Amino acid sequence: MPRSWLPTVTLSAVLGFACGCARQDGAASGPAGGRQEKVLRVGNGAEPQDLDPGAVTGVPELNILDSLFEGLVAADPHDLHPIPGLAESWDVSPDLLVYTFHLRANLHWSNGDPITAEDFVETYKRTLTPIFSSQISYLLWSVVGAEDYNRGALSDFSKVGFRATDDRTLRVTLRRRTPYLLKILATDYVWDPLPIRVLARYGPLDRKDTGWTKAGRLVSSGPFLLKEWAPDQKVVVVRNPLYWDAAHVKLDAIEFYPVVETATEERMFRTGQLDVTQQLPVSKIEVYRQEHPDELRVDPYLGVYFYRCNVTRPPLNDVRVRRALALAIDREKLVQDVVKGGEEPAYAVSYPNDAGYTPAARLSGGVAEAQRLLAEAGYPGGKGLPTIELHYNTFKEHQDIAEAIQAMWLKNLGVRITLRNEDWKVYLDSQHTHNYQLSRSGWIADYLDPHVFLEIWETGNGNNDTLWSNPEYDRLLHSALDADTEEGRYAIYQKLDAILVQECPVLPVYYYTSFYLKSPRVRGWWPTLLNIHPWKFVDLDNN
Amino acid sequence: MLRFLGYRLLQAFPVMLIIITGTFFMQRYVPGGPFTAEKAVTPEVLRNLNAYYHLDDPLWKQYRDYLWDLCPKAFHPEALARGLDLKQAFGIDFRPSFKYPNRTVNEIIADKLPVSLELGFYSLLFALVVGLPLGVLAAVRRNTWIDYLCSSVAMTGICVPTFVLGPLLVLLFAIHIGWFNASGWYAPIDRVLPSLTLGSVYAAYIARLARGGLLEVLSQDFIRTARAKGASEARVIFRHALRGGLLPVVSFLGPAIAGILTGSFVIETIFQIPGLGREFVNSAFNRDYTLVLGTVILYAAMIVGMNLVVDVVQVWLNPKLKFE
Repeated sequence: MPRSWLPTVTLSAVLGFACGCARQDGAASGPAGGRQEKVLRVGNGAEPQDLDPGAVTGVPELNILDSLFEGLVAADPHDLHPIPGLAESWDVSPDLLVYTFHLRANLHWSNGDPITAEDFVETYKRTLTPIFSSQISYLLWSVVGAEDYNRGALSDFSKVGFRATDDRTLRVTLRRRTPYLLKILATDYVWDPLPIRVLARYGPLDRKDTGWTKAGRLVSSGPFLLKEWAPDQKVVVVRNPLYWDAAHVKLDAIEFYPVVETATEERMFRTGQLDVTQQLPVSKIEVYRQEHPDELRVDPYLGVYFYRCNVTRPPLNDVRVRRALALAIDREKLVQDVVKGGEEPAYAVSYPNDAGYTPAARLSGGVAEAQRLLAEAGYPGGKGLPTIELHYNTFKEHQDIAEAIQAMWLKNLGVRITLRNEDWKVYLDSQHTHNYQLSRSGWIADYLDPHVFLEIWETGNGNNDTLWSNPEYDRLLHSALDADTEEGRYAIYQKLDAILVQECPVLPVYYYTSFYLKSPRVRGWWPTLLNIHPWKFVDLDNN
Repeated sequence: MLRFLGYRLLQAFPVMLIIITGTFFMQRYVPGGPFTAEKAVTPEVLRNLNAYYHLDDPLWKQYRDYLWDLCPKAFHPEALARGLDLKQAFGIDFRPSFKYPNRTVNEIIADKLPVSLELGFYSLLFALVVGLPLGVLAAVRRNTWIDYLCSSVAMTGICVPTFVLGPLLVLLFAIHIGWFNASGWYAPIDRVLPSLTLGSVYAAYIARLARGGLLEVLSQDFIRTARAKGASEARVIFRHALRGGLLPVVSFLGPAIAGILTGSFVIETIFQIPGLGREFVNSAFNRDYTLVLGTVILYAAMIVGMNLVVDVVQVWLNPKLKFE
């Protein structure tokens, strides 16, 4: 065999190259002031679109921004309740309409400039500028004039309720009571101040493409500062020595890895490239539960999975049909055998145990009641019922759930439905233009308050998308904000949840969980409903 | 030869124009847009966004403006040494991305194309270095166990999809043996597993094509003549047979290179590689109009270019063909 050595040599050359190179060890190494550096490596889902708090909306961006910027109020690491952040204290007027925040002394941006109350006002002005077209500016709308300014109806920003009365005092005047305002401030970055003078250096403030967020330019106020941003590779933030509470920051650096594929993430965790993953393939949950329970986390996650009804299209314009469908879903079986991520079955819309609120209303009556309602609507045993089309975005998990529910409805009610899957953007377009009958949906909370699940069903709310409208519901929703106590407000929310369960504009299916892997070395990490883990409290045990 | 090249380049212009026009208009008629999001944006915000990106202009005007931005307006090839920015070098402006407001499509291409090219280069190198010897060996030792072994290996390579092979290699070499990282593109060693995975399918095809091509040539008269003249077996194979026997491989290489470059989506996702293949596919899902156009134009230009190169090489390898 004169030339048979060729392939052999090639293969061994490749393998030899492999053996010859030392394995790149992602683990933290190297002394930092005589101790091992603490570098946390986090799986972070998609590549961040940008790191401009006014211009982005996603969870991956939120995770990184949370390390770079701090707002007036910060979040407690155990349950995310508001704690002092850049503001050391605040006063609320007796009518609950004016909030006065007192900034800490000696606050500095990471470039050494002082952080002043004027920075806050200028930031809000930028976010609300119409042509800047921020997609989360609505979180500022509870302030006097903010919505009008944002919509272009008001051009004088001095009429908007933000006022820097001196360098360290910010006064915010609300147009109506917003009892959950501090909760928004605690977990949402749209209220964080930006280094306006630095931004202006790179271009007009109302442009998104000035590049001020690139590494080396971005100046931050939070516990960390941006060191490196390699697109689709990693974002590295390191300790910010000028942060007001720098002494209590435990990690030296955090590396955020944009890994979309959950299976890839799990493999990176196994080879020690990641300390925490964003997610875990559902099929792996049981494996980890058996073999590495100390690495598996299944935490409640403030979101609800539901089927949205277009209440203008027959037969779903009949509340009895909607209720019948809602009652004929065996949710226990579904979460146990199909969804399998430790989720809780949802018999109401609001999330249980959300800031002390649990909906008392509950879909009850079971299959017998469902059959009775369907017969009453004129479709006994499903006979004569027009075909219903269930619409979902192309995704294996959604398809499994849809097929299971399709079978349940056929078995329990004799109702036949067809399934239609669509690419994500087409699906969203169909939903927003009400071009559907029944559509898979979900809602993930922005902040920790029951209001978040109830406000979207108001008539005309951009996220309602069911065309359902109930004047009594709208009236109660508004009156809740005027309640003097939280108990009073929650009592009204109970009524709202009761209306939703009665009228079923949506059919709740289950409450989300977040399941992911976390190395036992990671400390200072508590399960929180928004899956936010304030980074300055997180620690890494290097031993 | 020069006339042939000039003629083919002239042909390329209408081809590119059709591709650009088709892509530009087709994507606009797909439901959903760059700003369609789960949390609805208010009509005012949507209007402002459309104004910000000039999507409120009439479509013909947007098309005209885009074509104008694409026209080369400068010639500084020396700028390419600093980075692959086509705007710096030739004044070709692919505009800002919709999905990543902070980055232009030029920057994204400059960042990511080199990664895809590097991955493609290693993969192709692997495919040739493994595929050619396997094919030649199989042809020379036809119908022996060596042939069967080589052909089986090649057949397996064709049958196992990359999304199976990739994770299998990771499981074996990264998780169990621990030689590599599971994914990433940080150190030189991170290139090994993705290149092996992407290259293996092409290695298999090349092996089969080389075997087939060589067998056909080996049965021809001039080979018998060469043997009759007393040429050594090595001389017969390498000097006489190989040049003609490799023709099918060369024809395959054009589409293969295009396939490796555009088809790296799966590999880039499995191994978390910051290449352009992922942008090519995801930009369509994101309705990132400018990024879709930028990547389509780039890949189309590459495919047209590769086919031209293959045609030239084929004429050089096969004296029966002529430039015309």
